[in-house]
Amino acid sequence: MWIYEKKLEYPAKVSGPNPRLAKIIIEQYGGSDGELSAGIRYLTQRYTMPTGMAKGVLTDIGTEELAHFEIVGTVVYKLLKGVSPQQMQEAGMGAYYADFGKGIFPINAAGNPWTAAYIDAKDDPISNLHEDLAAEQKARAVYENLLNLSDDPCVNDTLKFLREREVVHFQRFGEVLDNVQTWMNSKKVF
Amino acid sequence: MNRKISHQAHLLKEIMSYEFTAVELNLFLDTHPNDVKALTEYNQVTECLKKLKFEYEKCYGPLTNFGTSPSQHPWRWIDEPWPWQIEY
Repeated sequence: MWIYEKKLEYPAKVSGPNPRLAKIIIEQYGGSDGELSAGIRYLTQRYTMPTGMAKGVLTDIGTEELAHFEIVGTVVYKLLKGVSPQQMQEAGMGAYYADFGKGIFPINAAGNPWTAAYIDAKDDPISNLHEDLAAEQKARAVYENLLNLSDDPCVNDTLKFLREREVVHFQRFGEVLDNVQTWMNSKKVF
Repeated sequence: MNRKISHQAHLLKEIMSYEFTAVELNLFLDTHPNDVKALTEYNQVTECLKKLKFEYEKCYGPLTNFGTSPSQHPWRWIDEPWPWQIEY
């Protein structure tokens, strides 16, 4: 069960309309290492995790990722506010506008729709956790790429917050990996 | 775009900062369940959050759905703005 909280986790501010920036920020909305992938990946992997700690961390980080999905969606929504179809076209979002108008649809920066093929969920906690550790690093790298391309200081502030969360999540997943390995070594019954 | 932010956005930002502390402590406690200091801080932040949310909800209606927070009449959950519509 989930309860919705009618607030963002972090204030998402933009300096003004900027379809060129929206076009690339959407990578973290519907891209392979984006927030939707992260949330669905962790919440899907929970079921066969062997320890309470692993189940808890995947539940909590998965839930936080959905809050990040909402933050990125809000940034894209605000960057497209007041933008005309012609301005979207000029910013390279003509194809996007043709399909979705100004709806916020999970695609990556290159226009590919989100797919479950971006994630995995094995009945093997070690492989899952290694995927999660890599996912956090890949997401961090993408946020750094976006920061290199962004020209809006307000958006940069939000991107830096999200980047920092990837680093913290990586740390927590490392601790879970340790916990699961200890649990496996104590079992030794195959 | 140098608008003064609304009272609602101001209260929300205060709630966000406390709740972020709670999220961070929650994740830390998940992997450090015996840390007394972190647990004490978590319980303190939880109390502060409860009070702040109570104050906010008196002005702007329920922050959470499905029976986790009561509403004034008429049903205020559907009141705008929704989170993505607020200017901070």
